[in-house]
Amino acid sequence: MTAEKGESGMNKRILVVLPHPDDECFGLSGTLAKMIREGAEVTYACLTLGEMARTMGIPPFANRVTLPQVRKLELEASCRIIGIQDLRLLGFHDKTIEFEERELLDGSIGAILQELKPDIVFTFYPGYSVHPDHDATGAAVVRVIGGLPEKDRPVVYCMAFARDHQLAIGMPDTQFDVGDYLKQKIGSIQAHRSQFQVPGLDDKKPSREVRERFGTERFWTYRFE
Amino acid sequence: MQLINALEVQRRIDQLKDQDIYLHLEMTTGAYASHNDSSKHPAATFISNASIQYSQGSISGVGPFRVGLKMERGWVYSEGLTHYEETEPERLIMAGHDSAGKLVVALQLSREPF
Repeated sequence: MTAEKGESGMNKRILVVLPHPDDECFGLSGTLAKMIREGAEVTYACLTLGEMARTMGIPPFANRVTLPQVRKLELEASCRIIGIQDLRLLGFHDKTIEFEERELLDGSIGAILQELKPDIVFTFYPGYSVHPDHDATGAAVVRVIGGLPEKDRPVVYCMAFARDHQLAIGMPDTQFDVGDYLKQKIGSIQAHRSQFQVPGLDDKKPSREVRERFGTERFWTYRFE
Repeated sequence: MQLINALEVQRRIDQLKDQDIYLHLEMTTGAYASHNDSSKHPAATFISNASIQYSQGSISGVGPFRVGLKMERGWVYSEGLTHYEETEPERLIMAGHDSAGKLVVALQLSREPF
């Protein structure tokens, strides 16, 4: 792999924009924990409460009515474990991001960008992130940032995992070794207990398989044309 | 959620008839159905807080259960219901969970919006 090493979090201001509680845990939590340790300030703007998820616990302990509150608490726990200083819940409804009024959606993301003026933004790669909410969130982020003067644009690192996405967007160009932050990453995954039960995950002594599977996080830098 | 007690559900359906109520009706295969298995067709549909009124409603079958609610100009129908929330006396919260515990179908009725 020819990826360059991503930049460090030293004194950086970071904005994370994702649609669902738990979108941070598998692909990004280690990187955030590492950057926070290096001095970064992280704001996580989570668009929905994932209230339409069909997993209610394994076995189920929530229902359609109680799930939003359950997932809100899980997200807060995940953020505490990662060290995220600022969580914003934007109050949109799960599954509806692509149908939301564009002015409202772009406006709420734009307001946070203007307030924080982040150095780095993490989101999903529009078009290559499987869930329609992921794609619509990434599309809104690059639409809003693309509208800024070039000199004011933060670096945008995207996650992608659609089938065959590398045929279209190539290999990830940025990666972070998060091997020293598996405790936070596994803690983040386990915080979302209504959604995941990953066998063999132990935050005290991660196995070699877990280190290989979770020890590196990869991103695509979004290229504004 | 508990396994459906058809007599209790029927009692609650009767309590909510002939009045304005809010309906949440949903069915889903999950947003990742085709990502996880390309032979699967991903489908999901929901309507939340639809205002309805029914004059007759019943639960049917031996489990999974069916529910039909007769409205002035149409029907609400749901099949595959397995669970209900016993601890919610004012609302009727029902769902159908598959063998892995995941929600497949939901039917909820309430006098207040969800």
